[in-house]
Amino acid sequence: MSTISREEVAHLARLARLEVTDDELDAFAGQLDVILESMKTLGEVDTEGVQPTSHAVPLVNVFREDQPRPSLPRDAVLAGGPDTVEDRFRVPRILDEEE
Amino acid sequence: MGDRTIDQTAAHMAEAIRTGRATSYEITEAHLDRIDAVDGTIKAFLHVDREGALATAREVDEAIARGEELGPLAGVPIAIKDVVVTKGLPTTAASKILEGWIPPYDATIVERIKAARMPILGKTNMDEFAMGSSTEYSAYQRTANPWDTGRIPGGSGGGSAAAVAAKMAPLAIGTDTGGSIRQPGAVTGTFGGKPTYGSNSRFGLIAFSSSLDTPGPVSRNALDAALLHEVISGHDPRDSTAIDAPVPPVAEAARLGATGDLSGVKLGVVKEFAEGSGAAEPGVVEAYQAGVEQLVKLGAQIVEVSCPSFVYALPTYYLIAPSEASSNLARYDGVRYGLRTGDDGKRSLEEVMSLTREAGFGPEVKRRIILGTYALSAGYVDAFYGKAQKVRTLIKRDFEAAFERADALISPTTPFTAFKFGERTGDPYQMYLADLYTIPSNLYGGPGVSVPVGLSEGMPVGLQVMGPVMGDDITYRVAAALESAQETLLADTAPEIEGK
Amino acid sequence: MTKLNTYDAAVAAFEPVLGLETHVELDTATKMFCGCATTFGAEPNTQVCPVCLALPGALPVANKAAVEATMKIGLALNCRIAEWTRFARKNYFYPDMPKNFQTSQYEEPLCEDGYVDVVVEGKPYRVEIERVHLEEDTGKTLHVGGATGRIHGATESLVDYNRAGIPLVEIVTRPVPGTGALAPEVARAYVTELRDIVRSLGVSDVRMEQGSMRCDVNVSLNRPGDEWGTRTETKNVNSLRSVERAVRYEVRRQSALLEAGDKILQETRHFHETTGETSPGRSKEEATDYRYFPEPDLAVMEPSREWVEELRSSLPEPPRARRERLQAAWGLGDKEMQSVVNADAVALIEATIAAGASASGAVKWWLGELSRRANESGAELGELAITPIQVAELQGMVEDGRLNDKLARQVIDGVLAGEGGPADVAAARGLEVVSDTGALEAAVDEAIAANPAVAEKIRGGKHAAAGALIGAVMKATKGQADAGTVRQIILDKLS
Repeated sequence: MSTISREEVAHLARLARLEVTDDELDAFAGQLDVILESMKTLGEVDTEGVQPTSHAVPLVNVFREDQPRPSLPRDAVLAGGPDTVEDRFRVPRILDEEE
Repeated sequence: MGDRTIDQTAAHMAEAIRTGRATSYEITEAHLDRIDAVDGTIKAFLHVDREGALATAREVDEAIARGEELGPLAGVPIAIKDVVVTKGLPTTAASKILEGWIPPYDATIVERIKAARMPILGKTNMDEFAMGSSTEYSAYQRTANPWDTGRIPGGSGGGSAAAVAAKMAPLAIGTDTGGSIRQPGAVTGTFGGKPTYGSNSRFGLIAFSSSLDTPGPVSRNALDAALLHEVISGHDPRDSTAIDAPVPPVAEAARLGATGDLSGVKLGVVKEFAEGSGAAEPGVVEAYQAGVEQLVKLGAQIVEVSCPSFVYALPTYYLIAPSEASSNLARYDGVRYGLRTGDDGKRSLEEVMSLTREAGFGPEVKRRIILGTYALSAGYVDAFYGKAQKVRTLIKRDFEAAFERADALISPTTPFTAFKFGERTGDPYQMYLADLYTIPSNLYGGPGVSVPVGLSEGMPVGLQVMGPVMGDDITYRVAAALESAQETLLADTAPEIEGK
Repeated sequence: MTKLNTYDAAVAAFEPVLGLETHVELDTATKMFCGCATTFGAEPNTQVCPVCLALPGALPVANKAAVEATMKIGLALNCRIAEWTRFARKNYFYPDMPKNFQTSQYEEPLCEDGYVDVVVEGKPYRVEIERVHLEEDTGKTLHVGGATGRIHGATESLVDYNRAGIPLVEIVTRPVPGTGALAPEVARAYVTELRDIVRSLGVSDVRMEQGSMRCDVNVSLNRPGDEWGTRTETKNVNSLRSVERAVRYEVRRQSALLEAGDKILQETRHFHETTGETSPGRSKEEATDYRYFPEPDLAVMEPSREWVEELRSSLPEPPRARRERLQAAWGLGDKEMQSVVNADAVALIEATIAAGASASGAVKWWLGELSRRANESGAELGELAITPIQVAELQGMVEDGRLNDKLARQVIDGVLAGEGGPADVAAARGLEVVSDTGALEAAVDEAIAANPAVAEKIRGGKHAAAGALIGAVMKATKGQADAGTVRQIILDKLS
């Protein structure tokens, strides 16, 4: 019994914006299954009352003063863009709803 | 040690430049010539900046002629892993998705390398986005192990390790998320150091797993690595996770270790590493044990420590790292920089983004993005990502308890030596096992170094020294002591490479 | 065609439950996680750096001033400030969001559990605040090729990242039941009050028309005694009036559906300023899964209690208390004070009084003539090119008898036209009440001579007839005479 189906992998790929091929779907489903089996061993660890570690070395209240620093020159900003128009980044038509 | 310029240690080169016995220009040029001669075979570099490196070298020589006081590694050339952002030099993280991208800024560690007046030779190959243990996942080329060009140089930093092993560079920068500095060091007979997480800046280091990524030095011995460690380390206000504390005195520790005296030093051996499926292959165990005996002869005391949660380190890592990666790699969408494919004027942005990411990322990156997306998705986040963070706490506690009893922990760096190309690419899980012994330090945040300890069937074996958080100095001391017990540096015994 | 109930029928049959999510853009000098400037209206993509453009390798560092401003807002809304709080990543792809995740807060917001009290038609309502959290704004997208500026039908879009990364505070209410037919007014009153509170703190210019304050309005309906219904979320309602209209429209639309036995879809809707209607967003094939997780690139925050108390003690007088104090000081009735508040004139009147004007005079000018001018030009009262000091000067001239109301209005014309202060305009345009009695007496004599019949009536004791003569004198002096003085001269001469 596999833990992750082909359909589930397809759903995840859509969430992650990856246009995966059918061959990849098959391969990933099988490989992820093996990996997830290993991960399930974590389920056997007793972590009752254990605080999660999100940072290797815990630091608190790391702030920056509200002092402006130079931005990049616009040429440098736009230089990397695959398609720029009128000093902006051009993208194809957007299907999704705006947030 | 041979008597060619490129056979010297970085410390010797620096000394020669400072005292006028050699120029930075000739040393830099010797390495560029070496790259020309052997990189056709090794393929460690993705980009070589001959002119830039020589220009810096010339400036250093002029400065020295003017009598300026320069830093301890001034004029010594260095190679940089392609995951570190370099202004004006192509930076791709060995991914097609960043092909042709020229960064408009420098990583903090690159700024520091430039301030230290070190000529930058070029950018080294790696597994795409630092995901892998063999450098076979580079989108551009396959890097060979200088000890056997039919074998992998380790990964993800196989390019940096191979460049240093093949003497194309005396020093290199690597990054270590689960072992990507130490494991390539072990399998190429070089030295690799992962500093304490946060003791140097990640600003400008292309993120794989933010809570684990650590840049560090690659060299052929402990002192050279320690000198580079001191150049790149220290607080950076641009990295919120950087520790605002003095850098541990690692160069001093390496010099102390080189005296060969480890009396009073307690070294912990992790019981769980030797058990069950975690055990290393026999040849590795043999070389490692010989190293342990040498350490004992130098006066170290061996204590067995138990770290029961270490057996969960691998699955913990493979939940945390891909989760963070899935989010960190979302920015590669073909809008602001990098590759865009499929924009035929008809397709929607969503389709173009998906086609771009599909074409731009290789299989291992996609696998991990999907895995991370799964581990963070609604309904699973507590069972996977959340659970892994709790187990991470347990692993941390194991380390803290072990450091109550020992000054440092030792283990083989990796369970097996360099394997043949293609041997593990078909089975990701087998590949992941290469990092079995290195991952715990990343989860904990403490330092770890890999120092060459011997050979197994002609291939190098590394011994890992793990220290407590901000206790980087002890790891260098132990490693340097082990080197002092060896007749020659292992890197100097590598077979000569046939140029192509 | 969307079926609508009349509003009265809708609220007779159903009880609305409101919910409001408001985004406030802070006016810090720099962005939330980098040192880029935040100047409004800069050339596209000139206020971006590796961090806010999400270049590979860049890392965020939190702006302390933004964290403080958020805590101030929380404190002013009677919230508890978290002792332990952190940022989280909200993962979704959108081209105006450079990282394709938004750095926001999830389970541990900076501020929680507050409230705002409002009064509508004399009735008090308490709107409970669930949370106040800190996040970052997105870039701005220009949609090209479709109907003007709309995403629908556009063939491509152009993105400017200047706004990306500007600190944004999200203020979320708990559901607000029990407002009945006054739901639209309560919603508006809440947003107004929130705006005034934030403005009083000086942490945002809270201008809805510029997008520095944006509102999402949630509405559901239920029959009395039933459980709350399914809610809709109407996005980007960008004026106080629109808040009211959006609620009203949703009440009418949802009640018609419910009465027809249809279900309300839990969906995002868009408000249309021109028609006052809402329309559904494009429904997604799959439910959104934001995959929140703690931001590993930022440190957790533990605001010390000393820090919180220091901020609390720095808070200005709450707008509501201030209004009550000023209302009493100015001697205004409730209705009049409401007009002052609605016209956004509290601070202007206060400043005018501080500059020496009487309360009644200050109120008269700002609510009367100046409000009319603002309406005519479609501007906010505060945007008029006249300062409170100038209004005080004007009122002083009236009280000294140097100007009458008619002349004063002409002086305002000049000030608004940029001709200088009231005294300058009066001098330049020759707008002074004629106080030269000799000149006035001559004018009165002329008027009497020209209107003998009227003069006779006045002599006969019909003082009311003086009006006709006053008018003639005013006409002759081009309005520059004081009517009272003229009247006195006429009566003196004809009695």
